[in-house]
Amino acid sequence: MTQRVTTASLLVLAGVLAGGAIELTGLSGKLGFATAYFFFASLLIFLQQLRLRDLAAAKDSLLSSFALLAMTMTLIPIVSIVLTVVLKGYKGIHFGMFTNDMTQASVNDPVQAGGLIHALIGTIIMVGGALIVSFPIGLLTALYLTEIRGKLARPIKFLVQAMSGVPSIVAGLFILSILVIPVTQELTGLMGSLALSILMIPTIARTAEEMLLLIPNELREAGVALGATQWRTVSGVVVPAAKSGLVTAVILGIARIIGETAPILLVSGGADALNFNPLSGPMGSLPFYIWKAFLTGGTEEAYARAWGGMLILLILIFVLFGLARYLSGRKAV
Amino acid sequence: MTLLENRSAEIPAPREITTKPRRSDQIFRAVVTVGGMTSLVILGLIALFLSLKGISVLQVEKFSFITESKWEVLQDAEGKVAESTFGLGAMLIGTFLSAFIAVIVGVPIAVLSALYLTFYARGPVKRLLISLIDLMAAFPSLLFGFWGFIVLMGSAEYWAKLLNKYVGFIPIFDVPAPIFERSPFIAGLVLAIMIIPIVTAISREIFDQTPLDRVQAAYALGASKLAMIRAVVIPYGRGGVVGGAMLGLGRAMGETVAVYTVLNVVYQINWQVLFGAGGNVASLILLKFGEAGPDEVNALMAAGLVLFLLTLTVNAISDVLINTFGKKGR
Repeated sequence: MTQRVTTASLLVLAGVLAGGAIELTGLSGKLGFATAYFFFASLLIFLQQLRLRDLAAAKDSLLSSFALLAMTMTLIPIVSIVLTVVLKGYKGIHFGMFTNDMTQASVNDPVQAGGLIHALIGTIIMVGGALIVSFPIGLLTALYLTEIRGKLARPIKFLVQAMSGVPSIVAGLFILSILVIPVTQELTGLMGSLALSILMIPTIARTAEEMLLLIPNELREAGVALGATQWRTVSGVVVPAAKSGLVTAVILGIARIIGETAPILLVSGGADALNFNPLSGPMGSLPFYIWKAFLTGGTEEAYARAWGGMLILLILIFVLFGLARYLSGRKAV
Repeated sequence: MTLLENRSAEIPAPREITTKPRRSDQIFRAVVTVGGMTSLVILGLIALFLSLKGISVLQVEKFSFITESKWEVLQDAEGKVAESTFGLGAMLIGTFLSAFIAVIVGVPIAVLSALYLTFYARGPVKRLLISLIDLMAAFPSLLFGFWGFIVLMGSAEYWAKLLNKYVGFIPIFDVPAPIFERSPFIAGLVLAIMIIPIVTAISREIFDQTPLDRVQAAYALGASKLAMIRAVVIPYGRGGVVGGAMLGLGRAMGETVAVYTVLNVVYQINWQVLFGAGGNVASLILLKFGEAGPDEVNALMAAGLVLFLLTLTVNAISDVLINTFGKKGR
């Protein structure tokens, strides 16, 4: 009890010292205070431990101060990002957003004009297209790694890992070089889907692999022992058992690509009008909507619009992420 | 006698036992194997097609594409391309510079956070923190970029000025003009924040694999947490953590949108990290792509190829490190 009181008084003393440091040195503002406070607090606790116990304990207390500091520094951006988006974004949200597109409005018009329905539809179409391409490939890769376990399993695992590190802009350039320039010569939603699927495949493959590895081997052995072929075992036992895990893989894949901007800018252009056809004409998307409002506007309205779009995007990511957590949490039980 | 003879006659021909899979399984295995090869095919195609497009530029520029620092397309009076020089040097330096700042700032924070999560946090708090960090890894780079531009810029400028004031005598912290906004330093900080969740997650997994008996043996010998971590956790996890840092480096090198938003992308060599000019290869591609003619597009493809090979190498090294050292601890 007395120890707690001492610690608390030390923390208060650190605050006073930090205030003094702000007055006397080049440090200033909240940020300067926080730095000075941390410095003095860890120093005082270090000295207290040194007095009460020994040098080893004092050094140990220093490590815990630093670990706590690092954790705080990791959390500050997360909290700040979410707060910024919510506080700046809610002004840009209005009901007409979900019924209008931007053909009748420019980004600098009042926020109530125009909307992002075209972007929302575009994103859904492109992500859906990417999913149609990526899910079978991702699942087959995961099945190869967990069920077949051929000689190539290690290299393929390595390649999937390498693929997840492909910069998003390179994915865009690739689709540009293989399809857009030589074949279609038109920026379309389909090209966006294909570029996104390059980024989506590794996420789906890796998550699906982890989920399939969770399936107990007894289930596979039971299937084979009943006389089923491997195909029947996998399709009738393993995959159904891993269903919620595979849904998690899909959701995480969607969350990975839903905010991708660079490849979309390169290969699907960006439109202000509704476009339901992924095969012709540029297609709008949420990231493009935000990008355009942010970079071409410059007025309060344009910023509000951009943050509003960002809030919608963040809500989508939150929902997807929560869903994945819920599903994989149920799986683990 | 007769009984025995009869019995021997009744023995059926031995059944042929084979491990050859049935037709349906053969098809299944073939399909899955082909599907499994896709990543190889895609990576191969990326390298192939970017080379095909970029080869015309690479043949002209040869090694100076990497070493020269000049990216110019001169047009004559009719608007045709008269002369063009493509050299990626300045942007390569920018790529390394901002990525290294990200690693230097981000990795210590990430590793200490991972230590906190593994050895200090408990129960629901630990689960919540892990979820939050996973969530942060899923934030789009666009969001990091705009947040960095609107929110972080002010604080980062403050630090930049402080650094410049006190350690400005070191050449890289000097500035030619007092412009601290949109500098590689700030871009590096944004990239650091972007790689922290990734490096934290990997380091945490590595630390989790530290053999429990050794941890407990260290405690039983009277070690403090610091002594235990230094004697047991660090030797086991070192390689894996370095691998995680390399993975972060790879991410930071390939980042496009966040760098484009935060950094004042100017084609010039800028070693002075606090000065507001610079760029990286990915942001150059995005910047130049809009108004590029066919020749310049080819040059951008070649730039993409360089970036692709660079990130691939870094990722490969990190993967090897994580796999070799991650397993040892188990």
